[in-house]
Amino acid sequence: MMGRTIFIDPGRCIGCQACVSACRECDSHRGKSMIHLDYPDEGHSVASLPTVCMHCEDPVAPCAEVCPADAILVTADGVVQQADTTRCIGCANCVNACPFGVPKIDLQAKLQLKCNLCYDRTAYGLAPMCATVCPTGALFYGTVEELRAERPGVQVADSFTFGDVVVSTGVAMVVPADKVQWPVPGGLPIVEVNGKDVTR
Amino acid sequence: MSSAPPPLDPSIAPPGTRTFRDAGGIPADQWHADQNGETLVPTHCCFCGVQCGMYLRVDRAGKVFGVEPRNHDINRMRLCPKGINAYQQVNHPDRLTAPLLRRSRDEPFREASWEEALDFTVAEIRRIQAAHGNDAFGLLGGASLFSEKTYLVGKFGRVALKTRHVDYNGRLCMVSAAGANKLAFGIDRAGNPFSDILLSDCLLIAGSNVGECFPVMTQYLWGARDRGASLIVIDPRETAIARTADIHVALKPGTDAAFFNAVLNVVIQENLVDKEFVAAHTTGWDEVRASVADCTPEVAADICGIPAHQVVQVARAFAGADRAMAWHARGIEHHSQGVENCLTVINLCTATGNLGKPGAGYGTITGQGNGQGGREHGQKSDLLPGGRSIANPEHRRQICEIWGIEETELPPAGTSMMEMVWQMQRQEIRGLIGICNNPFVSLPNYATVKSGYDTLEFHAQFDFFLSETAANAHVVFPVTTWAEDEGVMANAEARVVKHNKAQEPPAGVRTDTWVMCQLAQRLGVADKFSYAGSREVFDELRIASAGTVNDYYGITYERLEETGGIAWPCPSTDHPGTPRLFEGGRTAHPDGKIHMQAVEWHPPMDPYDEEHPMSLTTGRTVAHFLSGNQTRRLGALVEQTPRPWVEVHPSHGFRNGDPVRVVTRRGSEVFPALVTEAIRPDTVFIPYHWPVPTAANALTIDALDPRSKIPEYKVCACRIEAAERIDEVPAPPAPPGHQAYPATQVSRTDPLPPTSPQGRGTAERS
Repeated sequence: MMGRTIFIDPGRCIGCQACVSACRECDSHRGKSMIHLDYPDEGHSVASLPTVCMHCEDPVAPCAEVCPADAILVTADGVVQQADTTRCIGCANCVNACPFGVPKIDLQAKLQLKCNLCYDRTAYGLAPMCATVCPTGALFYGTVEELRAERPGVQVADSFTFGDVVVSTGVAMVVPADKVQWPVPGGLPIVEVNGKDVTR
Repeated sequence: MSSAPPPLDPSIAPPGTRTFRDAGGIPADQWHADQNGETLVPTHCCFCGVQCGMYLRVDRAGKVFGVEPRNHDINRMRLCPKGINAYQQVNHPDRLTAPLLRRSRDEPFREASWEEALDFTVAEIRRIQAAHGNDAFGLLGGASLFSEKTYLVGKFGRVALKTRHVDYNGRLCMVSAAGANKLAFGIDRAGNPFSDILLSDCLLIAGSNVGECFPVMTQYLWGARDRGASLIVIDPRETAIARTADIHVALKPGTDAAFFNAVLNVVIQENLVDKEFVAAHTTGWDEVRASVADCTPEVAADICGIPAHQVVQVARAFAGADRAMAWHARGIEHHSQGVENCLTVINLCTATGNLGKPGAGYGTITGQGNGQGGREHGQKSDLLPGGRSIANPEHRRQICEIWGIEETELPPAGTSMMEMVWQMQRQEIRGLIGICNNPFVSLPNYATVKSGYDTLEFHAQFDFFLSETAANAHVVFPVTTWAEDEGVMANAEARVVKHNKAQEPPAGVRTDTWVMCQLAQRLGVADKFSYAGSREVFDELRIASAGTVNDYYGITYERLEETGGIAWPCPSTDHPGTPRLFEGGRTAHPDGKIHMQAVEWHPPMDPYDEEHPMSLTTGRTVAHFLSGNQTRRLGALVEQTPRPWVEVHPSHGFRNGDPVRVVTRRGSEVFPALVTEAIRPDTVFIPYHWPVPTAANALTIDALDPRSKIPEYKVCACRIEAAERIDEVPAPPAPPGHQAYPATQVSRTDPLPPTSPQGRGTAERS
C-alpha cells in the first residue's frame, strides 16, 4: 500500500487550525496557508475536517494533467508539487480539475498555490509542518504500519468515488472501523443528472 | 567544514542554542536555514499551562523571526495556533519601547525617560502612602510572569511598598482548585503528570474545553483512548472533545457539585467504594457519605437538567475502571462554590481509590502559563514564598530572616484582586501598580472595574503592549517579552521548565526585574533588591522555598536544561523531582491522610427570574489567550477568530449571524448569533477575550467564592432578545496603540536565498 504519507483522521480534529497556522509558517509557502479547514455539519455539531492536497495517484494528479503550461510536477515519490512559478500562467484549470477543491489561485500574482507535502521537509525525512504540530494527531505523517502501531485496528481508505469515477490518492483518510466502505464517497452525493433521479 | 554533529536524544531538551540541522537531523549544508546562519533557541510557549517546548528561530542579526516545533516530552513537537504565532509578538510594531507618562487622565500619554517615569512613580507612591497609609497603595501581579518575577512581586509589595495589598491575576485562574487541593491534600498542585493520562482506563474531564484551551493535551487523551480508555466529559456545551466522548453530560452551568455528589451517591449505593483505601488513607468519610445520602440521581437530574441515568453511567464507568483519572479546569472552578466543586471531584477520586497511582489520580489544568508557579512564591495575598501562610508566625519569621527585615515590618494578608477593585471604588486603595495583567477585560462586571480604576489617584502598569488597562494608567513601563529574558515557569503538572533568552530586548525596553529593582532602590531598600538578573532571583527563591511543601531547592537552571523540566517538590540537587503525588496514599497533611470534605450544593449567586431565565456562561477560543492583549494583535489569530459571538440553541428561532442582545443584571450587549445544537437550550455562551462593547465580562457577575475569592464567571442569569438591526452589533475595537501590521507580520521575513529549489516559490516571493 502507500508509503510514508499523511493520514487524515477527522474524528480527532478539534478545529484548532494549528495546521493552518503551521502551514503558513513552513518555508514552502511564505506566509500563505495551503490547508482548508471545513465544518461539514455546521449548526449541528462542532465537527471539523482539515483538507490537504490528496496527492492523487490514479488518475495521476488531475490538476497536473490539465495544466496547459506543464507547470505542475509530480515527483517520482508521488508528491504533486505546486505549480512552478516560472511556468504557471494562473489559468485556474487546476482549480477546476481538482476533485477535492485544493489548489487556489492568487489572483493578484496570477499564480497557483497548493500543498506540496512540505517537500522541503519531507525530502529530508521530517514530517510536514501541519502533521508535525497537529495537537490531536488528526493529521498523522508516517506509514500505515506506524499509524496502526500507535492506533491499533485503525481503518484507512485511499480511494474516493465521485459518481462513477474512482480516484486513488497518496494521502489517506482514517475511516470509522464499523463503517468501512471502499472507496469512500467524495464530494456531494449525486442525486440528479439533467433532472433525472439517478439513484433509482 | 565542521564534522557532523553527534546524534542527539530528541526527548531531552538540549541546552543552549543550536543550529537548525542539529535539531532536525537534516544533513549539513542541505538546509537553507543553516546556509542563512539561522539558529534555534530552545524555550517554551508563553501562553497556557501546558508549556509546550518550542524553538524560536533567530536570524543572523539576532532577531526572532519564526518558530520550529521542538521534541520536548511535554508536547512532542505538537503546537497549537497560539504557540505557532506567539513569536510574532517579539518584534511586533505595537511593542512599547519607551515609558509612557501623563500627570492626569485628561492628558494624552507622552514618551518619557526612564528616570522621569521611575521618579514620578516613586513620588506618587510616597505621596499617597504619607497621606493615607502604606495600605492605600496596591500591587497586582500576573501569572504569565516567570516564577522569579512573581517571587519578586511578592517581595517588592511587602518589603518595598510595605503594603498588605498584593495579589495577582492567577486569582482568576485556578485558585479554587488550589484551595480544594490544600484542604484535601495539604498541597496545592495537580497530582499526576500528563503522561499518566496515557495509562488511564477512564478519563473524566469536567468543565474543560480541552480542545480549544489546551489543544496539545488532547494527544494524551487520544493516546489513552487508543488503548481503550473511556472518556467522560462534563460540560454544558458539546465541545470538540465532548463530541467524541463515550458519555457527555451537558449539565446546566453551576450545578457541578450536585452532579458529583449524586455520582458519589451511586458509587456508594452500588458498592463500588474502595473501602480499603478509604479506611487506610482518609478522614471525613462518614460526613461525606452522609452528605450525599439524599443526593440521588433523580435529585441531581432535576437540579442539573440531565437524564438521571447519566449519573449512573458516569458512576459505573469511573468507579468500575481499573485506573480512572479526573481532570478539570475553569468550568467547575469559576463559581461561587468553585472550591466545593473541586472537592466533590476529589471525593469521587478518593472514594474509588483512584489516587497516587500510574493512570489514576486527579489534576487541574492551569489556564495561564505560570498559573501554578505564579502563586507558589508569594504573589498571592495570603501566601509567602514556598507556599507559606502569611498568617503563620513561624512562616513569617522564616521569610523575614531570608529577606532581612523585622517581623513587625511584614504586612498581614491583604484582599483578593476583585476585592481590591471594590476597595479602589471606596478609595481605600488610591494608588496601584499592575504588572502584566489586564483587568479591564479579564475581571467580571466591567462597569465596577472601570469605576474602581478611574477612582485611583495614581495607576502604573508594566506591559509590552498597551493593554486596555494600561491605557487607563498614568505611567506605563515597557517591559520584555518572554523571549528576551530567562526564567522558569511551572506548568499544569507542576513541572518547572526553563525559558531561554532568544534575543536582546528592543532599545528602551527593560526587564520587569530591573524596573522593580529600580523602584525599590528609590524607595530606600536598594540593599534588598540588588539582582543582576533572573538567575540571582531564582537562587534566592530556591533558598526561600527550601524545606516547604513547594520545595524548589534542588532545581537549578543547569538541571532544567539537562532534564527538560523537574516537578516540585525537589528538596536536593540530586533529587529527581516528584511528578506523581500521593503514592501509597500519603498526602502532605501532617497525618498523611486525605481530608475528605462534605459539600452541599447551592444555586449560583445570580438568581433566575422571569426577566433573566437563562444561563450565560463564558469561555475561551483556541485562537486567543485570556484578555487577548497579546493575541488580538497577531494577524493570523485575528483572522481565525476576529470577534466574539453568542452561541444559542436553534430552539430560540435565531439564524446564524442574527443580532442577539444578551441582557444580564449588569448590562446588555449585542453579539452575532452562532446557532448550534451543541449548547443547551437554556444556556448561552460568549467567549471573553474582547473589551467593551464586545466584552462578555461587561455582563458577568462579580460574586466570589468565599474561600478562594474566584469570581463566578461561568454562570449568571440572563435573557436573550432579538436586536433590531445588524448594525447594532459592534465591531471589537482595535487594541490600544495598535498599528496596522506590515505585510510581513503574517508572511515573516524571507530568509530564503534567491536560488531556492523548485517547490518553494510562491506569489509571496515573486
